[in-house]
Amino acid sequence: MPSKTLVEAVNDALHVEMERDDAVMVMGEDVGRAGGVFRATAGLLDRFGPDRCVDTPLAEAGILGTAVGLAMAGWRPVCEMQYESFSYPCLDQLICHVGRYRWRTNGAMDFPITIRMPTGGGVKAPELHEDSPETYYVHTPGIKVAIPSTPADAKGLLAAAIRSPDPVVLMEPKVLYRSPREEVPDGEHVVPLGKARIAREGDDVSIIAYGGMVAVAEQAAAEAAASVEIVDVRSLKPLDEETLLASVGKTGRAVIVQEAPRVAGFGAEIAALLAEKAILDLRGPVLRVTGYDAPFPFWSLEEEHIPSPGRVLEAIDQVMSF
Amino acid sequence: MAQVVPAEGDMRRVIGDGEAQPDGDVEGLTDQDLLDLYRSMVLLRTYDERSVVFHRQGRIGTYAIFWGHEAMQAGAVHALAREDWVFPSYRESAIGLLRGMPPETVLAWWRGHPDGWWDPRRYGVASIAVPIATHVPHAVGFAWGKKLRHEAGCAIAFFGDGATSEGAFHEGANFAAVMAAPVVLLCNNNGWAISTPLSAQTRAAALVDKAAGYGMPGVRVDGGDVLAVYEATRDALTRARAGEGPTFIEAVTYRCAPHATADDPSAYIDAERVELERQNECLGRYERYLRRAGLLGDDLAESIADEAKEALRQGIAAAEALAEPDPELVTKNAYAE
Repeated sequence: MPSKTLVEAVNDALHVEMERDDAVMVMGEDVGRAGGVFRATAGLLDRFGPDRCVDTPLAEAGILGTAVGLAMAGWRPVCEMQYESFSYPCLDQLICHVGRYRWRTNGAMDFPITIRMPTGGGVKAPELHEDSPETYYVHTPGIKVAIPSTPADAKGLLAAAIRSPDPVVLMEPKVLYRSPREEVPDGEHVVPLGKARIAREGDDVSIIAYGGMVAVAEQAAAEAAASVEIVDVRSLKPLDEETLLASVGKTGRAVIVQEAPRVAGFGAEIAALLAEKAILDLRGPVLRVTGYDAPFPFWSLEEEHIPSPGRVLEAIDQVMSF
Repeated sequence: MAQVVPAEGDMRRVIGDGEAQPDGDVEGLTDQDLLDLYRSMVLLRTYDERSVVFHRQGRIGTYAIFWGHEAMQAGAVHALAREDWVFPSYRESAIGLLRGMPPETVLAWWRGHPDGWWDPRRYGVASIAVPIATHVPHAVGFAWGKKLRHEAGCAIAFFGDGATSEGAFHEGANFAAVMAAPVVLLCNNNGWAISTPLSAQTRAAALVDKAAGYGMPGVRVDGGDVLAVYEATRDALTRARAGEGPTFIEAVTYRCAPHATADDPSAYIDAERVELERQNECLGRYERYLRRAGLLGDDLAESIADEAKEALRQGIAAAEALAEPDPELVTKNAYAE
């Protein structure tokens, strides 16, 4: 298997899926001539031509809005939002239409729209280039959301998103775009939505994380005295409750790590799930390590905002000594 | 109060006033076409007037009235080919009737019953768009998508004057022009967005002037003149099919009815102007045109009116006879899998 970075794996998936299905088209700002600001779409314009790899006007709501019509005309649009924070204008289309249209047709029509975007901080970028807005998407009915933490999963989840009859938001942790490198299966590779991954096995405490926070959890686990299991959520909606509950059932302790601001973040949803379905398994409080209820800071302070291995270790200690 | 008086300059008209202004005609329209247009307008008018009554009787919920907008709806739809799609706003809620949709479907929609939704492919009519202007990019995307697939099919989006203030209108119009999408953007300028007059919506002398900013042709027509709307739409579709991209049509009329059944315009509208406009409403104008042309007499007018009334009688009966919706529908259909 070839070794690839996460962004190379995304690029590979786009090539494979566009080759496989000529209804798949890629659209977004700078995705064609430039190959995307992160090079995720490099080579697509040359390979598939300007009808299937479209440089659009600078208009995120227009990109997603026209994607709704393109889907009605038989396309499977893959929309790139250049940065997660630039996706906010498209929330209007997402909430008002993308998540509702299938329901509006009493289930008669599919809206196989994929929305890709880089997400998260840790890359020392200007304001509004480092947010973690997954909650907005997860909270919208009709929308599925996945966030890979490895190159192979990025390829497989993107393929699943493109093949899904439902709209899927795929959020790609930009801190992982260029490293590490890992083996990625060649050709068609699909990681089904709705399946979590045990990233590390352990017995004492489950760390539940996704995206860029899986690596933070792994660093903390390597230093922890306790035996740590790491559950990489991968698919926020649909959520693999079974894997989460099995892990917490085994360890009896849960620490949830999310980079997004704390209030009503996805970690709260997982904590509620554990309260509802794992209460008798728990030996201590479900703890969350999160970003703060504050704008993502200027990058000189970003490491103070993003959950660190040290903060995760503190939470592990706290729940182990409860 | 700001006075809203559409400028008369270069507004296309075909129907005369029976006095100084002579009647014109539209090349290619047969007598049968002319009567079909009349039938469509009568059906829409009957639907609208009955719906207000049904609302008062508690048989449908809040209803967005389109009285006086029948000409622009019927004229535009008549110009479409079967493979073309309509993207309506709520002001065009019953436009599907002109494409074979039964009245009970639309009445069910206003009754809040899930059978009020339809498969857009069945009629080439997208779902009724409740938010303002956000369906404009859908029409553009559909038309662009058809073009990319080398398939026949244009789109027409209906939206109001207020919608031109929305970002979604701008993004959709700009995309349409950049992609040379075969789409018609039909702006129903009835002068009012609920209580906000056009003068508070824009400083543009005419909404059609916006077309130039997008690099697309703009046409201003009398929205109460069904033949002028038909002709403008047909010409726009001819351009679209020839690969010449989108057209913006400003169809000017005046809202003579409340925005919706929940609205009381007496607080903001000029009653004298409304009275004047009602005397010159689009269906009466067209009926007089057909009578002057010798195409319509009392008997035919009566039978067309009866046909429409009967369709609505059957429609409301069918809508009221629908089974109670299955509670499982609350969660069904949000996802395919």
